[in-house]
Amino acid sequence: MSMTLSAGTVPGPRKDPEVALALGRRRKRADLVIRILCVLATAIGLIFLASILTTLFYRGFEAMNLRVFTHVMAPPGSEGGLLNAIVGSLIQAALGTAIGTPIGMLVGTYLAEYARESKLGNIVRFVSDILLSAPSILIGLFVYQILVLPFGGFSGWAGVAALAIIVIPVVVRTTEDMLTLIPNTLREAVIGLGSPKWKMIVFVCWKSAMSGIITGILLAVARVAGETAPLLFTSLGNNAWSTDLTKPMSSLPLAIYAFAGSPFEDWIALAWAGALLITLSVLLLNILARTVLRGRK
Amino acid sequence: MSQAATASPPAPARTARGAGNLGDIIFEWACRGAGIFVLLLLGAIIVELFIAGLPAFRAFGIGFIWSTEWDPVQEVFGAGVSIYGTVVTAVLAILLAVPVAFGIAFYLTELAPVWLRRPVGTAVELLAAVPSIIYGMWGFFVIVPAFATYIQPTLIDTLGELPLVGFLFQGAPFGTGIFTASFILAIMILPFIAATMRDVFEQVPPVYKESAYGLGATTWEVMRGVVIPYTRVSVVGGIMLGLGRALGETMAVTFVIGNANRITGSLFGPGNTIASLVALEFGESETGSLKLASLLALGFILFVLSFIVLATSRYLLRSRLKA
Repeated sequence: MSMTLSAGTVPGPRKDPEVALALGRRRKRADLVIRILCVLATAIGLIFLASILTTLFYRGFEAMNLRVFTHVMAPPGSEGGLLNAIVGSLIQAALGTAIGTPIGMLVGTYLAEYARESKLGNIVRFVSDILLSAPSILIGLFVYQILVLPFGGFSGWAGVAALAIIVIPVVVRTTEDMLTLIPNTLREAVIGLGSPKWKMIVFVCWKSAMSGIITGILLAVARVAGETAPLLFTSLGNNAWSTDLTKPMSSLPLAIYAFAGSPFEDWIALAWAGALLITLSVLLLNILARTVLRGRK
Repeated sequence: MSQAATASPPAPARTARGAGNLGDIIFEWACRGAGIFVLLLLGAIIVELFIAGLPAFRAFGIGFIWSTEWDPVQEVFGAGVSIYGTVVTAVLAILLAVPVAFGIAFYLTELAPVWLRRPVGTAVELLAAVPSIIYGMWGFFVIVPAFATYIQPTLIDTLGELPLVGFLFQGAPFGTGIFTASFILAIMILPFIAATMRDVFEQVPPVYKESAYGLGATTWEVMRGVVIPYTRVSVVGGIMLGLGRALGETMAVTFVIGNANRITGSLFGPGNTIASLVALEFGESETGSLKLASLLALGFILFVLSFIVLATSRYLLRSRLKA
């Protein structure tokens, strides 16, 4: 079937059918071995995901009960829950997204509608990509320097600022991608009707790209919901009930970090419950984002 | 398509009201302003971390980077140990993750039946969505005990006996340490590298592959002879992207690396990385202290490291991964 293939690579007597057959078998064998290794590699990836999920479900559900949602944190042995951490997480993630999203959308719009090939556009795109992958702990340090130190203390607002900085590049990326997909004939038609460009962008382009932009926002929420490192130096964590954004504020990831490393059984159990909550919401948001996007295509 | 888009649509004729015109100017500047804001943000992060770390650079000079001393009592600080840990764990993680990621990407683009590609691809990408702290917890409660009881004793008994490289695998099987951290990091960056590789593999024009198949090449030969040469630069870019992520990962590493401020020769020994050291010691540092400045200086070094790696990655990926 393929005996005459690698003329250049095969020295030796090509006309000898024995040799050619043996070579063919060897090539097939190599192919088979690689195929098996690749299936194994994929299996390894899936096994890790399965292991993480089963561990979380097993230990998380074991620790899950109503008290987790109705009680605030308490000293070990005294029936505490995670209510303040859950509320803190919701507040900070919601505000961080609310602040970061409009900025990210404007930047994405700038890149797609005003600066596709311009020099400044390319620099902004590059910088935004760097921010997307930059270590989040550094964003925490930065916000510590500009908000925590000058304003005299850790606060929920500082946490919100750190999360907003993380939201921006995620939204930029999806907004730009989705706007680039819109055909130019649509833009020309709108402009041809005499509409100003900003109306074209807001009422036509954004509207057509909406499902994509929503995907980006969902992914951004999923991303900040699990962020821990940047909150360590900004909102710090708080074991008591607090919705005051000018004070240190609790959040689920920080609670997990504090409780998982503790020597107390009930705190470790609460950490597992919190971990299950976070992972479930993050994975659900991701799956939801994919469904929204697929509905579009 | 982008050609047509660049030539911006004709400006609408001036209307008597001129309101659209003003709106246009405001909106365009709002967009451009947001872009410039992002630019300034990155600049501010770099400058701010440098200024904050300046006292440490002043006190210890350039030797701060390689000094391995970290003694809060004597107020002597050096970055050597944590830079060593950061680089070693990240490189080791790449070595572990790249072959597996390649296998996954190869499987997803060439081998898997079409109906299976989307679910498996999604599952691998979900692995990337799991937050860092969850990896840390999972690593701490599942991987560390498994390493301590099964894997490390086996490796110590077998590889530890080898000449020349044996010292890397000696020591007590604590379960935590540099190797465990690399292992967790490898799992975390696996989906990023696999997804990038898959995306670039998919961009090889089918006609190239078809002609190789037409000559009777096997799937592996097509991969090795056509796909890899065609995508080499982007594949390296994807690996750099993974490296950039591994350098800065914080929570997962903090849980499992053992956190010791010394360099042990063995891979099973404890260590720390820049990120884990900062996360752990930040809370214990007084405002304005030399220790805090040293931690912020470490942050600056980490930023420079990841900036170089990520910028290289973007440069290598720019042509292939426009979307």
